[in-house]
Amino acid sequence: MEEMKVLLRNVDKINPKDAYDYAKAGGFEGLKKALSMSREEIIKVLEDSGLRGRGGAGFPTYRKLQFANSTENDTKYIVCNADEGEPGTNKDRILLSKDPCAIIEGMAIMGKAIGAHTGFIYMRGEYTYLREVLYAAIDSCKENGYLGENIMGSDFSFDVKLRMGAGAYVCGEETAMFESIEGKRGEPRYRPPFPGIKGLFGKPTVLNNVETIANVAPILDKGADWYRSMGTEGSPGTKLFSIIGNVNKRGVYEFPMGINLKELIYDYCGGIADGRGLLAVQAGGASAPFINKDQIDIPLEIDYVASSGGRLGCGTIMVIDDTNCIVDMIQNNLYFFKEESCGKCTPCREGTTRLYELVTKISSGRGKMSDLAKIRGLGETMANTAFCGLGRSATVPVESALQNFADDFEKHIDKDFCPVCDREGRVL
Amino acid sequence: MINLTIDGQQVSVDNGASILDAAKVANVTIPTLCNHPDQTVKAVCRICVVEVDGRPGLQASCSTPAEEGMVVHTASPKVIRARKDIMELIMARHPMDCLGCQSNGSCELQAVAGGMNMTKPSKYDMDIRKAKVDKSSPSIVRDMRKCILCGRCIETCSEVQGITVMAKENRGYDTMIVPPYGKSLVDTPCVNCGQCVQVCPTGAITIHDDTMEVYNAMEEGKVMVATIAPSVRINVAEALGEDPGTVSTGRLVTALKKIGFDRVFDTDFTADLTIMEEGNELLYRLKNGGTLPMITSCCPAWIKFAETFFDDHLDHLSTCKSPQQMFGPLIKTYFAEKAKINPADICSVSIMPCTAKKFEAKREEMNASGYRDYDVVLTVQEIARMIKTAGIDFANLEDTEFDNPFGLGSGAGLIFGATGGVMEAALRTVYEVVTGKDMAPLEFEPARGFEGIKEAQVDLDGTIVKVAIAHGLGNAWKIINMIKEGKADYHFIEVMACPGGCIGGGGNAPRTWEKVEERRKAIYEEEKRLPVRKSHENPWVKQCYEEFLGEPLGEMSHKLLHTHYISRHDLLGS
Amino acid sequence: MEDRNLTYRVPASKLVEIAKIAAPYRDKPEHLMKVILQSQEITPVFSEDVTAVIAREMNIPQTQVYSFITFYHMLYTEHRGKYVIHMCQSAPCHIRGAEEVVKAIEDLLGVKMGETTEDNRFTLAYSPCLGVCDISPAIMINDKVYGNLNADSVREVIKRYIREEVA
Repeated sequence: MEEMKVLLRNVDKINPKDAYDYAKAGGFEGLKKALSMSREEIIKVLEDSGLRGRGGAGFPTYRKLQFANSTENDTKYIVCNADEGEPGTNKDRILLSKDPCAIIEGMAIMGKAIGAHTGFIYMRGEYTYLREVLYAAIDSCKENGYLGENIMGSDFSFDVKLRMGAGAYVCGEETAMFESIEGKRGEPRYRPPFPGIKGLFGKPTVLNNVETIANVAPILDKGADWYRSMGTEGSPGTKLFSIIGNVNKRGVYEFPMGINLKELIYDYCGGIADGRGLLAVQAGGASAPFINKDQIDIPLEIDYVASSGGRLGCGTIMVIDDTNCIVDMIQNNLYFFKEESCGKCTPCREGTTRLYELVTKISSGRGKMSDLAKIRGLGETMANTAFCGLGRSATVPVESALQNFADDFEKHIDKDFCPVCDREGRVL
Repeated sequence: MINLTIDGQQVSVDNGASILDAAKVANVTIPTLCNHPDQTVKAVCRICVVEVDGRPGLQASCSTPAEEGMVVHTASPKVIRARKDIMELIMARHPMDCLGCQSNGSCELQAVAGGMNMTKPSKYDMDIRKAKVDKSSPSIVRDMRKCILCGRCIETCSEVQGITVMAKENRGYDTMIVPPYGKSLVDTPCVNCGQCVQVCPTGAITIHDDTMEVYNAMEEGKVMVATIAPSVRINVAEALGEDPGTVSTGRLVTALKKIGFDRVFDTDFTADLTIMEEGNELLYRLKNGGTLPMITSCCPAWIKFAETFFDDHLDHLSTCKSPQQMFGPLIKTYFAEKAKINPADICSVSIMPCTAKKFEAKREEMNASGYRDYDVVLTVQEIARMIKTAGIDFANLEDTEFDNPFGLGSGAGLIFGATGGVMEAALRTVYEVVTGKDMAPLEFEPARGFEGIKEAQVDLDGTIVKVAIAHGLGNAWKIINMIKEGKADYHFIEVMACPGGCIGGGGNAPRTWEKVEERRKAIYEEEKRLPVRKSHENPWVKQCYEEFLGEPLGEMSHKLLHTHYISRHDLLGS
Repeated sequence: MEDRNLTYRVPASKLVEIAKIAAPYRDKPEHLMKVILQSQEITPVFSEDVTAVIAREMNIPQTQVYSFITFYHMLYTEHRGKYVIHMCQSAPCHIRGAEEVVKAIEDLLGVKMGETTEDNRFTLAYSPCLGVCDISPAIMINDKVYGNLNADSVREVIKRYIREEVA
């Protein structure tokens, strides 16, 4: 499989702040076509393309649009989720900083598809320094007639506004993001009502990840068949992978869906750094399972990864070499979740901290076998009862580690020496 | 209609019903903690989870709509395991000091844990939230160690009352519901209404308990004088386990005598007095171009609210003290003289449906008698506990009459307990004073009921008087904004801080609208039975004016029965 | 709660500036984040007097403003230094030597994570993933990112701030 440049086509080739430059490179062709199409036609193209969400769950993009389109309301919204909070993920940062006009174009097309005239880009506070690029790109699109009143001489008007976060992973959850945009604490809402009916400011809203939105303009421009020529039957198109950790060539790469994980690590990214061995891989973000070195010969596409108990999610591949300790990794992982739990529901608020405590007990040699049972039981409770996806999936890494690296936990309980957990002055 | 199966039982429910609603129809009890019948669905405690065939995980029954053909299991092993685990998570952070907790016996958390057959301590390490108990308020005690973060108090304080004294601080495991910047309640715009106490499912927000002060005064040999507010007789029996709306006036007098009170008076009497003063004040303002609309001043939570948020319009407030604070000085002057008791030897105890009355009695200026006008204020909850403590079989008590010289309150005084009651009582008197005729019918229907803001007008022989009634401070906000914008062309406005009026007050047994409606019916039924239904026809009121006060708005009234207000705007921050 | 640093006072002139930022958004609570982020450029800490001004101008309860601020990791109600050093605590940095970087910073500045230097110039704070994992381990000082750090290189970075060579 070859690296492809569909989403990354303009990286370092155009001035990201200049809509005209983007247009010269073939930009806004998709929008131009969409402006002459009906809402249903646009949605049909996306349906035929098989585009699925790139943020986490892999939900078919056209269906979100369909819901919102079928809800009658004069005011609707498009929201771009640029809250890239998954540890290890930086693909959206590349798109936002190198080709923001493609995101703006995609949002406008989606706006046209549901009859929305306002779009919000919600960007995480840690990316404050990207504000300038985005404001410039939005202004440039307006100046060149690609945003604002009567886009490209059509009767369609669309505006994009930038909203900033200020450090809250949970705001990547779509309803929590709505709350945050509305000026509140970023706590999720329950569903139903679904966002397509009652979302941001109580209006029908379609929210998509940056990468999903970046796919929209090329699909409209080149057609569903072209899109389906890449990737797999169930997951067409390309995917950005943030490959990070103890791998020789870290970075964001674009490959067709279905690329083999092992090949990706060893053939394209130069294998493990410093000639060490592989301990584990976490593919799909902080809430993805930890798999061991015997489990990495898998195709990276949405359904396959899901069927194996994980999720492709944001496409983050964290490679962990054998100088690390899995118990330590899980402790770090649970620290993240306990810090990022919004605290709204009991299982997640209390459970994330308790999981962290239990794993900390084990890593520091105070654990018992019964603690493993407590972890499993609590994991089940959280997965079954937590309010939102954060609490429900926060248990996946620890549960997968208990399964795939059972020996390591038992060794810590047995007080066997661990060069990572037992070193002096260990932080955490 | 939607048909579904709950634990093998077919039920039909209306569209929009939740699984929890459907379970009620099927007579299946699902435990809940954050859910409250008067509030929005929160779905945060997750105790009410159930299993639904064909759906992954478990569903919160409160927020999941019932759907056609749904098959629900409310107590499967999977459900029970999850609920118990959640309960253990809660228990591991909850002080297990139920024996020393005011909510012992009325605590929803305790009841739910009991119902779930929790037989062991939590498997998680105990980690009680580090929070100081805030006893700074004379009305309300906050113990955030006991908080389960259900969010009911926040909804009440911000959505119903429109104040937002407290909100969530931090997030995740460190989340706590607090006033900002570690402030104590006394330093916040809290109006002491106690509506948060009403909805708190645990002992995290409770009433400031003053019962020991009563026992101490008894031991000191004080002459113990109790007064009973209009709605107390409606609410006490309920607080002692009887049905909502059970009137227990005579039994309550008996119980108080058994506890050790020497005299028991009826605050309906000073409610009548309030009408005499306030009615005349309204007429005076109408005649002499005084500030209008005039707004009632019976409700101490509303008064503190006005002093904080409405401090540049305080001249709209009637200068009349509340019935409680009219009674205080009368006990220590008029009554003391008549009974030949040294006022210093009297301990006056006001029994109220209200937590804010505790604050009111402690206001600096409330010493018109030369002494603290009221020594202690007890809420319905506290007096109910004292009755229990004394081992009194309340249900089977004989009736006893109130003591003299304040032996009788009119029906007009009694209906002070419900929203619109002060207005109705005032109109009965004002109408007759101006027109010389009885208001017919005496029941002024536009003032009754639970609509947030009620409006009406009355024709006083050609003079049209426009009135409005607001209950719940959220509704008071609306009226205030109208006045600020100059859009309120009313002459007279009644405001009660608690939704429903005093029968929904913060010192009562925990409320629901259903219960408050029962209390409302009871108060109007009871008023119909009373021999005198107009304040100015109360013979004891007449006697009090003749023997002691002189005339309404007279010099003595001015000294004892009227007051002034201060700005508390600084409570909103620098 | 007694140990909280509540003595921090913002000069009146800055409060006036903040009032000017907030005033146009009266009765528009959805702009709270915008107002707060702009105010943060004037004063880094949302002390009681700052939120009282924002609350008054936007006509929302101060408690709500406070609650909002305490939810978000990057907004502070307690005193912070001129430079906040955000140390990424997430796994990608963790497994590429974040601990070594933390120790080097702590040793250099003489304070532990979570603390502020005596001269009120530096605050050390852990942060979740900064999203620059291709150059981990990384830190962010205010909104400038530094990556591929080790003990030596992070000392060089911090020293430039100590010398105030960085704007």
